[in-house]
Amino acid sequence: MKALSRKRRHPLAAVALLVMGLMLTGGLYAVVTTVNEAKADTTTYSSEQVNQGEKLFVANCATCHGLGASGSDNGPSLVGVGAAAVDFQVGTGRMPMQMQGPQAEQKPVQFTDSQTSQLAAYVASLGAGPAIPDARYLDGKGDATLGGELFRVNCAMCHNAAAAGGALTRGKFAPALAGVSNQHIYEAMVTGPQNMPVFNDANIPPQNKRDIITFLNTIESQGSPGGAQLGSLGPVSEGLFMWIAGIGIIIVFTIWLTSRTS
Amino acid sequence: MGDHSDGTPTTSDAVAKAGHGEVEKFQDPGLPPHRLRLADTDPRAAKRAERQVAILFAISIVGTLVFFFAYFGIRLDSTIGTLRLQNLFLGLGTAFAMLGIGVAIVHWAKTLMPDHEVSEERHVVRTEDDRQVAVKIVDDIIEETGIKRRPLIRNTLIGALALTPFPAIVLFRDLGPLPGNSLRHTMWDKGVRLVRDPTGTPIKATDVTNGSAFHVIPDGLNELTEGKLNEKAKSVVLLMRLNPDELHPSQGREDWAYNGIVAYSKICTHVGCPVALYEQQTHHLLCPCHQSTFDLTQECKVIFGPANRPLPQLPITVDNEGYLVAQSDFHEPVGPSFWERG
Amino acid sequence: MSSATQSNYKPATRTGRITDYVDQRVGGSGIVREFGRKIFPDHWSFMFGEVALYSFIILLMSGTFLTFFFDPSMAESVYSGPYVPLKGMDMSVAMNSTLHISFEIRGGLFMRQVHHWSALLFTASVAVHMLRVFFTGAFRKPRELNWVVGGVLLILSLADGFTGYSLPDDLLSGNGLRIIDGVIKSIPIIGTYISFFLFGGEFPGTAIIGRLYVLHILLIPALILLMVAIHLFMVVVHKHTQFPGPGRNDRNIVGYPLGPVYAAKAGGFFFIVFGVIAFFAAAFTINPIWNYGPYDPSPISAGTQPDWYIGWVDGALRLMPGWLFGVPLEWNIPLPWGVNTLSLNVLVPALIPAGIVFTLLFTYPWIERWITRDDREHHVLDRPRNAPTRTAIGAAGVIFYCVLWAAASSDLIATHFKVSLNDVIYWLRALFFLGPILGFIVTRRIALALQRKDREIALHGRETGRIVRLPHGEFQEIHAQLDEYKRYRLVSFESPKPEQGIPNENGIVTKREKRRSKLSHFFFEDRVAPVTPAELAAGHGHHEEITAGDGTKQVSH
Repeated sequence: MKALSRKRRHPLAAVALLVMGLMLTGGLYAVVTTVNEAKADTTTYSSEQVNQGEKLFVANCATCHGLGASGSDNGPSLVGVGAAAVDFQVGTGRMPMQMQGPQAEQKPVQFTDSQTSQLAAYVASLGAGPAIPDARYLDGKGDATLGGELFRVNCAMCHNAAAAGGALTRGKFAPALAGVSNQHIYEAMVTGPQNMPVFNDANIPPQNKRDIITFLNTIESQGSPGGAQLGSLGPVSEGLFMWIAGIGIIIVFTIWLTSRTS
Repeated sequence: MGDHSDGTPTTSDAVAKAGHGEVEKFQDPGLPPHRLRLADTDPRAAKRAERQVAILFAISIVGTLVFFFAYFGIRLDSTIGTLRLQNLFLGLGTAFAMLGIGVAIVHWAKTLMPDHEVSEERHVVRTEDDRQVAVKIVDDIIEETGIKRRPLIRNTLIGALALTPFPAIVLFRDLGPLPGNSLRHTMWDKGVRLVRDPTGTPIKATDVTNGSAFHVIPDGLNELTEGKLNEKAKSVVLLMRLNPDELHPSQGREDWAYNGIVAYSKICTHVGCPVALYEQQTHHLLCPCHQSTFDLTQECKVIFGPANRPLPQLPITVDNEGYLVAQSDFHEPVGPSFWERG
Repeated sequence: MSSATQSNYKPATRTGRITDYVDQRVGGSGIVREFGRKIFPDHWSFMFGEVALYSFIILLMSGTFLTFFFDPSMAESVYSGPYVPLKGMDMSVAMNSTLHISFEIRGGLFMRQVHHWSALLFTASVAVHMLRVFFTGAFRKPRELNWVVGGVLLILSLADGFTGYSLPDDLLSGNGLRIIDGVIKSIPIIGTYISFFLFGGEFPGTAIIGRLYVLHILLIPALILLMVAIHLFMVVVHKHTQFPGPGRNDRNIVGYPLGPVYAAKAGGFFFIVFGVIAFFAAAFTINPIWNYGPYDPSPISAGTQPDWYIGWVDGALRLMPGWLFGVPLEWNIPLPWGVNTLSLNVLVPALIPAGIVFTLLFTYPWIERWITRDDREHHVLDRPRNAPTRTAIGAAGVIFYCVLWAAASSDLIATHFKVSLNDVIYWLRALFFLGPILGFIVTRRIALALQRKDREIALHGRETGRIVRLPHGEFQEIHAQLDEYKRYRLVSFESPKPEQGIPNENGIVTKREKRRSKLSHFFFEDRVAPVTPAELAAGHGHHEEITAGDGTKQVSH
């Protein structure tokens, strides 16, 4: 006990605590995200779910999207957007929106998984639309090369070749894709949330969407062979890093080198 | 205490008065007296510095050994992890090998080598004596060539020398062909199918739902064996579908779209980056290189950024199998402006 | 003539005999006599020329290694190496061999990263070195021409950097070339032809990588080496400059002898620079071409930017609007033979900012010389604060560059600071004009303030923090007087005064002279004069008495 309290004052104690804290958060996060992915592939909904979903919708969504999800000045109609759109928007916390802005942003998820699927069930019942994707397209075991090529042609211009995100006009942006679940990536492609174009199954067939997801999983899990990636932002971050860290270190050495020894 | 504003006035008058014209200056007190270092007076400090230098050299040796270990000891397999590990240790080994030597030598110089500052006289870059002798020599040389007295030689020499660079310039003529008409034509032509980039599969009009964007190349591009990238650099097209009433076609272009499906050149009219960012709600196209923004509902007129001209539109229709085809080539050159564009 | 002395000498040891053999044939003794104890002044800011030289040597070494494996061909090939996400893709041989270097040659990735990081350090240290020379006035007579050589070296290093950046034929650099092609095509009359000759036909063609390769590994490095040789030769002729201080003046040079101290420090510093670069290459990815993929004219990545040293031109291209208040900046000019197109929206940003910067850079030594009519040799540097207007001009230039580089990162600024991309551009357009002006004003004020602080310290000494209470109740802080060496450092500078135009032999002040006078006032109107011994004496009297409150006086009557 005594030893512990002495070590508490060790200069590295804060660092150790921080590391422990980070690992704990990371671990919890990992557990939570796996749970999130584990559900999903049920595409048929019970009428009980639809009813529950309607109640949730009236209470939380109808202010903007209108009763019956027919839309209003503040929000588009949701008839025919499908369960996938709901699962993406609500499952990533983008909906319900906190405030009107250039675009809905990711934030802590407001509903439980079962509530989300109830909402999805309700919206899906209003009109045909993209369903929650089949788990076999989400396994990340497709062709990473073709996926990479499709990603560069269809996605990299907004999301960056290393999926680090990028800017759109007037405050809108394409988010970074690291940490986004495979299901949400698939749903985003098929529904085109906000200003993202729709990549329907005629444009990019499900098999190719699986390839793209495989590519994203690959680059996210393997990291860079060259070391820290500096945000994968390209030459600007590299140049800034050289000016600040590189020239900084060199200046420290030159000052030491030309100072008089005592 | 009070005011530290000596010299405060910022106008020339007030401050200039401080000097009262040319004033006497401080005498240079000369070099400050030399201060001895610890290692100059204390043999133990000197011995300590000596040991530190030796340790640093030893660190360098270890660094080199780490390099060898990383090169021969780490086997590259097909995963990125081993490569990252090898790169890290090759680099750290080199870094320690180099920093060890560098820091050791500098430390040695700073602590154990004499640190008396020495003053040395500068000499004039050019002495007057040298100048006179040189002028004499050059005059003699010119005189001996007789170039001043023989203008015929001088003038023909100048003429001959002036001409010789031209063959060297002419030699570069075959670096490339003349532009000709090549910038005005692309692979698009009447009836050429729009196919997906990169797979090359044709697109049915019914496939293009509202809000979607297709990246398109002309049919047959992938089969080209020569100049494929040259053709691709001119003919890539972005295909989108809007509500037909959101399009406002100008006169003569009413039938260039098909049921709200429009095709525009993807090559920016600014300096040629692919304008590939489509915002499906605002119907804006954004170039990621220089942020030119084009409005799809106004025939891709520039609404922001450095581009000046709208993106050229490719007139499209469907063939009898329902696939999208071009009505013709672009009606104007695609991509950045050039002098002969007109 | 010295043969008599030579013949007598008989070396005793083996090394001695070999040395003597060589010496008799190359005259090494003379070189050692001239340079062995040559004096070099020591200051941290003097080291950046060395950083540039050393990173250039590292570039030559790592670059040579890379040439053994790199194949600058644009022939089509299929990737079959170990990097999974690219397996089976069509790409040029250049890209393929770069991936081969990165993933299969042991140490290849390390050498690539060493090469690219040292390229960034090379250009950065050239820039820092030039800024040091500018801010300290080291470009003044007799070093004006060496300043020009340095400017040429800067341009050459930018050119070598850009040609190297393009070689892997990846998506990022390919789009960079595409932009270059667009800029070239905007040049009136000859633009299209230059583009076709450069690329061997239409963009991208199959020739450009090979051509850039020859420029990158042969022509430009050879020119850089030539310029470095001239640069160093002139340094030897002029000897190094030194900062002002006791015992230092324009007729001497104070420092450490080359052998052993300076040679040891400079030599050791090479290893330090190499070590720092090796550390960067070990731990930080640079130019991950495997992310970008091979060049293809259709895709593009968000965040497409050039390396930092080309970034300002890209930034200028982004800031320039295509339409200005409804007026198009691209003109179709009807001429007798047809209509020609002039793209000012491309031409102006590509040429004007770089034109201004390099014109000012190359002519500045003569501009200042004309204004000051100063024809003396200067070997003692100005402390930047003691040349407020020059320092302010330099700061304005730095801000100009930073605004343009920020413009080249406008999309990254927008995403990382959660602001609108368009607003970033609007702000930077304003800063393009206002930033340098504000920077100029603020820097000059700061320099003058620092000078006044120097005056204060020279006159009254440093504040000791000891407060005493005087008999009549006033509190006062005791100031510790400087010793004469420290004081000399603060007072030994010149503060030129603004000049009136000087009449010529006809008694007329010419227009040119009037302009010079105006500029002279602009440069030197606000000035702080160095403390004189008389002022110091007056100040001392005042302080010994420690009378109340009129601390203000000596200067500002």
